[in-house]
Amino acid sequence: MPALVEQPGYAHERLCALTERVPCRETQASTLLALLGEPGHYSYPSIFIYGHRASGKSHVTESILQELELPHAIVSCVECVSAGLLFEQTLVAFFGPEAPSLLPRSSSLSDFVRIYKQLCAQTPACQTRYIVLDRAERLRDMEANLLPGLLRLQELVDDNVTVILLTEIVWDKFRPNTGCLEPLLLHFPDYSKAELQEILVRDYHPAYSPDLYGSFVSILLGVFYSVCRDLRELKHLAALNFSKFCEPLEREEVKESETHKLWRNIEPHLKKAMQTVYLREVSSVQWEQQQQQMEDREAGTLKGLSAYAHVELPYYSKFLLIAAYLASFNPARTDRRFFLKHHGKIKKTNFLKKHEKTSNHLLGPKPFPLDRLLAIFYSVVDSRVAPTASIFSQISSLVTLQLLTQVGHDDQLDAPKYKCAVALDFIQAVSRTVSFDIVKYLYDFL
Amino acid sequence: MATSSVSKGCFVFKPSSKKRKKNSDVVDYFIEGSDDGEMARIRVNICQRLWDMTKSETEMLQDELNKKILDSLLEFIKKCASSFQSQMNDWASLMRASEIPTAALVLGVNVPDHDMTFQSLSVLLQQSVTPFVVSVQAKECTALKHLMQKVLERLIGVDVAVDDDDEDGGQRSAPVHQKRVHCSLSSLCDWYSSVTKKYETSPGKKRTSMAKDMISKPPIVIIFKDLEAFNPRVLQDFIVICSRYIQKLPLMFIFGIATSPSTIQHMLPHSVSSLLCIELFQSLSCTQHLATVVDKLVLNTEFPFKLSGKVLQVLVSIFLYHDFSVRNFIKGLQLALVEHFHSQPLSVLCCPKKEALDHAQKLSHQEVERIRQLPSFMRYVENQEPQKQVELLTNDGCVKEVCKILMKALRKYHKNYYPILRCLHTLTSSLPKYPLGKQIREIHISCLEKNVWETEEYDSAMQLLKLMAKDELVALLQKCVVILSSSKSKKMKAALGQLQNYLAKFDQLDTLSAEEVMQEAVSPEKDLQKKTDLFQLQKTLLERKETRRTKKMTPFEVLRNQILEFVDSLVRAHLVPPESQPLNEVCYYGSSGVLRRHLNATPRTSIQTALSHPYYYLQHEGLKTDSGTFSNAAPDICIVHKLHLECGRLINLFDWLEAYSTVVSAAEGKDPDSSDYGKVDELKHARFIQAVSELEFLGFVKSTKMKTDHVARLTWGGC
Repeated sequence: MPALVEQPGYAHERLCALTERVPCRETQASTLLALLGEPGHYSYPSIFIYGHRASGKSHVTESILQELELPHAIVSCVECVSAGLLFEQTLVAFFGPEAPSLLPRSSSLSDFVRIYKQLCAQTPACQTRYIVLDRAERLRDMEANLLPGLLRLQELVDDNVTVILLTEIVWDKFRPNTGCLEPLLLHFPDYSKAELQEILVRDYHPAYSPDLYGSFVSILLGVFYSVCRDLRELKHLAALNFSKFCEPLEREEVKESETHKLWRNIEPHLKKAMQTVYLREVSSVQWEQQQQQMEDREAGTLKGLSAYAHVELPYYSKFLLIAAYLASFNPARTDRRFFLKHHGKIKKTNFLKKHEKTSNHLLGPKPFPLDRLLAIFYSVVDSRVAPTASIFSQISSLVTLQLLTQVGHDDQLDAPKYKCAVALDFIQAVSRTVSFDIVKYLYDFL
Repeated sequence: MATSSVSKGCFVFKPSSKKRKKNSDVVDYFIEGSDDGEMARIRVNICQRLWDMTKSETEMLQDELNKKILDSLLEFIKKCASSFQSQMNDWASLMRASEIPTAALVLGVNVPDHDMTFQSLSVLLQQSVTPFVVSVQAKECTALKHLMQKVLERLIGVDVAVDDDDEDGGQRSAPVHQKRVHCSLSSLCDWYSSVTKKYETSPGKKRTSMAKDMISKPPIVIIFKDLEAFNPRVLQDFIVICSRYIQKLPLMFIFGIATSPSTIQHMLPHSVSSLLCIELFQSLSCTQHLATVVDKLVLNTEFPFKLSGKVLQVLVSIFLYHDFSVRNFIKGLQLALVEHFHSQPLSVLCCPKKEALDHAQKLSHQEVERIRQLPSFMRYVENQEPQKQVELLTNDGCVKEVCKILMKALRKYHKNYYPILRCLHTLTSSLPKYPLGKQIREIHISCLEKNVWETEEYDSAMQLLKLMAKDELVALLQKCVVILSSSKSKKMKAALGQLQNYLAKFDQLDTLSAEEVMQEAVSPEKDLQKKTDLFQLQKTLLERKETRRTKKMTPFEVLRNQILEFVDSLVRAHLVPPESQPLNEVCYYGSSGVLRRHLNATPRTSIQTALSHPYYYLQHEGLKTDSGTFSNAAPDICIVHKLHLECGRLINLFDWLEAYSTVVSAAEGKDPDSSDYGKVDELKHARFIQAVSELEFLGFVKSTKMKTDHVARLTWGGC
C-alpha cells in the first residue's frame, strides 16, 4: 500500500499506518509533516492550525505525533485555569513527573522558561519537542505575555521545540496589539459530504454489510447534512438510529437491497430525531427507550425540555416581573399614559422621537431604575402593598433566577438598574394567571 | 450590653470568657417576662417539646413527599452507574459520543426549601450508591478555578477523613492534593483510580462499612444546587473539561433548577449541551407541599397549640404572596409557638390532656385571676346562675375545677371540629367555582373567623350541593364516611351511623325510583300534541311551569335535602368559631400583628416613622407632639428630613442650611429679635453636614452634578 503521506526520515510502515489513521486528511497531514521536517531538524517555532469543529485538527496532529513517536505534550487550554497548570503539564510530559516541583507557586512565563532551560540542560533534545495547545483561543484570556512568549518559545528556551496551536477561529482574532512572531498558518477545511460518507462507513456495524451501512449513512447525511457537519455528532446520531433502520430487516419484511423501502421507513424517524434528540430536547437514553417502546405502541411522545416553560411564582413576584417587563419595553415617557388616570390624549405619531418609533420588542429590553419598577408595580398590583423587606428580596431573587438581570455596577446602593430577561410569551402566560391584560399596557401593541 | 454612644449602630462586643449555656438563656428570657419562675420553666419545657414534635413531624413529611422523586432519581443514578460499570463493548456504545449523565431536578422557586431536599438526596446517595457525592453552590464558584477547587477539596478531603480510622500511613500524603497547584481533573483521576484500586484489593473490610450493593467503581456525583445562579461560562468550561475525562471518571451531574428546564438551553450552547445526557425530574409543587403541611400540622387534634384565623392568614399570605417557602412557613409557626408561650402565662395549660389537668390543679392565685380576666371565661361566667357566678369569682378551687371541665370540653370541641371540617371540605371542594375555597385551609380560616353557615359562600355552596347528581353525591358522602370512621369521638360515631343510614336509603332508592319515574313520565306530554293557538300555548306552558314548581319532589330529592340538612346541622353544631369556646385563649395564638411585624418587616416604614415621629422610638417626653406638628427639639436628622420634604427634586444646600439653623436656634430658646438669631455658626454647620450625610446614607438624597451646591432628592411626595 502506498503511503500517501511522505516525508524522509521516518520508517515507511509508520507512514503507512499514519495514512491509515487519517482518512480524507492526507493532504493536510503531509503538509503538516513537511512543516515539522525530519525528527532531528529544527522546525518552525510555532504553527497555527485552524478549522471548524470536528475537522480533524487534533486527530491529525495527535496521530502524527503518536504514530511517529515524537516527544510531545498535548495540553487543553480550557482545562488550564491558570498558566501554571499549562507549564506544569508541559514539563511533566517532557521531563517526567518530578519536574513541576521546581516551579514556584503561581508561576509566570519567565519561571517556566528558566526551569525549562535548567531541565533542558540536563536532558537535551535529540528530536524536536512539540507542545500542542488545544483550544488555543483561551490563551488570549490569560496573561498578555503568554501568547507572544509561547510563539517564540524556541528562541527563549534555546531548545529544539515547536508550539502547535489548535483552534476554531482565525489568526486575525489572535494577533496581539504589541505584535509578535507570526506563526505558520495551516487551515483544515470542512469535510465534504463524500468525505463524511467515507469516514462514517469505516465504522460499519459488524453484523451487517458495509454496503447496507453505507446506504444508511447516505440517508442520514441526506437529512442531517444541512444542519450538522460535526463528525462526532453524526456518528452519535448514526449509532442512535441504526437499530431502527435495521428493524424491517430483522422482521425479514424487506431485503437488504430494497433501499427505497428502508428509506421510507427511516426518513420520518430521522426528521423527528433532528427536532428532538439532536437538540438535546430528549436525552439519548430516553430516545433509545422510546424506540423500544414504539414497537409496542405508536405515538409514545416524550415532551422535550423546552415544553416545560411554565414557572410558578409567588403572587407579588409575578407582578414585579410584569412591572419589570413593562418598564423594559415601554418608553419611560409613556408611563404617564398608562398609569395615570387623567393623562390626556397622546398621539403615538407625534409624541415620540424618531428612534422610539421602532418596535421596542425588536430592540430588546432597556434598563430601568428600581424606582420606576416599584412605581409601576404599585400601580399594576390591585391591592395596597406595604413596601416590606420581602418585596425587595423578591426582586433580588428574580435576579438570581435570571428572570431579571442587573445592569451596570456603579451606584448599586442608591439606584440599581435592571433589565427584564423574559420573553413576551412567558410574561403573557404569567399575566394570564393573575388575570392581568399585559398587551393593553404595552406601547408596541397600541 | 450598653455603650456610651448616643447614636444607633453596630458595636463589636468581644464575648466574655465564661460562656453561658444557651438553654438557660431561653429560660431566663421567659422568666424575665413573667412573675412566676416555676411556671415559666414549665412553659419553656412544653414549648420545647411541642417544637420538637413539630420539627420531627415536618421532617418526616418532607421525606415522605420527596420519596417519589428521590427514588426515581436514585434509580436513574444507579442505572447510569451500572452502565458505566459494564462498559459495553458493542458497536453502538463505541460509536456513541460519551455523554455525561445529568439529572435536571426541577424544584420550584422556593429556593430556601431546596437545601433539605439536597441534604436528604446526598445522604441517600451516600448510603446506597456512592460515597463520592459533592454539592456545590453558585456563590462559592465564581470562577472555574474555585469550582474545581471545591469539587476536589470535598471529594478528596472527605475520603481522607473516612480512611483515617482504619489504616495506613500512605494515605497521609493525600493533603498534598489540596494544594492549588494540582487543582485539575487529572489529579482527581489519579486519586480516583488509587481509591477504587483499594476498594478492589481489600473488599471485605470496606464492604462492611458501605452498603452491600455498592459497586466497585462508584460514580462521582456532582450536585449543582442552584443552576440559574451559576456563571454560564464557568459551567460550560467545567462541563467541557469533565467530558474529556468521562472515559476515566464516571462523572454524573445533578442540576437543581428553580425555574424551568429550558434554562439549561439558555445557559448552555448546543456544543456544550450535546455533551450531556439530560433526564428531567419534576418535584411536587410547593402549594401541594404546603397543603400537606397544613393538613398534618395545623389541622391536627393531637397538637394542643392552635393558630387563630388571622395568624394563619398572615402565614399563608406570606407564603402565597412572597416566597412560596414551606421552610419559612414552619419558621413562622415556630415563632408563633414561642410567642404564645412567652406572652400568654396561661399557656401552661396548652399541653396534652393529662398534663393540662395536672397543671390546672396547680394554678397559683395570680393565674386564677388571669383566667377570670379572660374574655371568653368572663362570657362563660355571665351565662351561669348567679350563685355559681359568685362562687366562680371568689373561690379559686371552684375555678380550677371548672377550668378542668372546660379544658376537656375544648378538647372535645376540637375532636369534633376537625372531622366535620374535613367532611365539609370534601363536599364543597369539587363544586364549580369553589365557593368555599379549593384548599381546606381556606374553609378552616373562614370557620375560625365567623359562623361559617351565616356566610354567603356557604349558602351558595349548599345551593350547588342541592343540585348535585346522585352518583356524585354518594361518592362524596362515602368519602365523608371514611373521614368520620377514623374519628373516635362519640358524637362523630353517632353522625357516622346516621350518614350510613342515609347512604343505605340511597341504595333502596335505586329499586324504588325506577318504577315511579316510569309512571310520572307519561302524563304531562299529552296536551301539547293538540293544535292550539299562540295564546292557548302560552297559557298551557305557564300552567305547566306552575305545576312544575309545586311538583312533588322525587324521593331522591327528598332524601338529598334531608342529607344536606343533616350536614348543615352538623356544621352548625361543630364548626362554631373557637372564640366562642371558653378558655380558647389558652390554646389559640392570635396576635397576627406581632407576627407580621417580625416576619414581614418594613424597613422603609420604620425609617420613615423614626424620621417623622422620633417620639415613637425615643420615647422622650420633649418630643411628644400633636399629629401634624413637629418638635424643633428633635434630632438633627429628623429636622433635616422634615425640611427636605418641602423641597422639589433638587435641593439647594444653602437654603436648607439656613432653614435648619433657624429651626435649631428656635429650639435653643434664643430671642428671635437678637442679631445672631438663625445665624450659622461652625457647630450648627457641622451638625447639618452630618445630618445630611446620614440622610444620604439612608438613601433619601444623593449628590448630583446637574447643579452646583444642590443635592438630588430620591423620594417623592411632600409633607
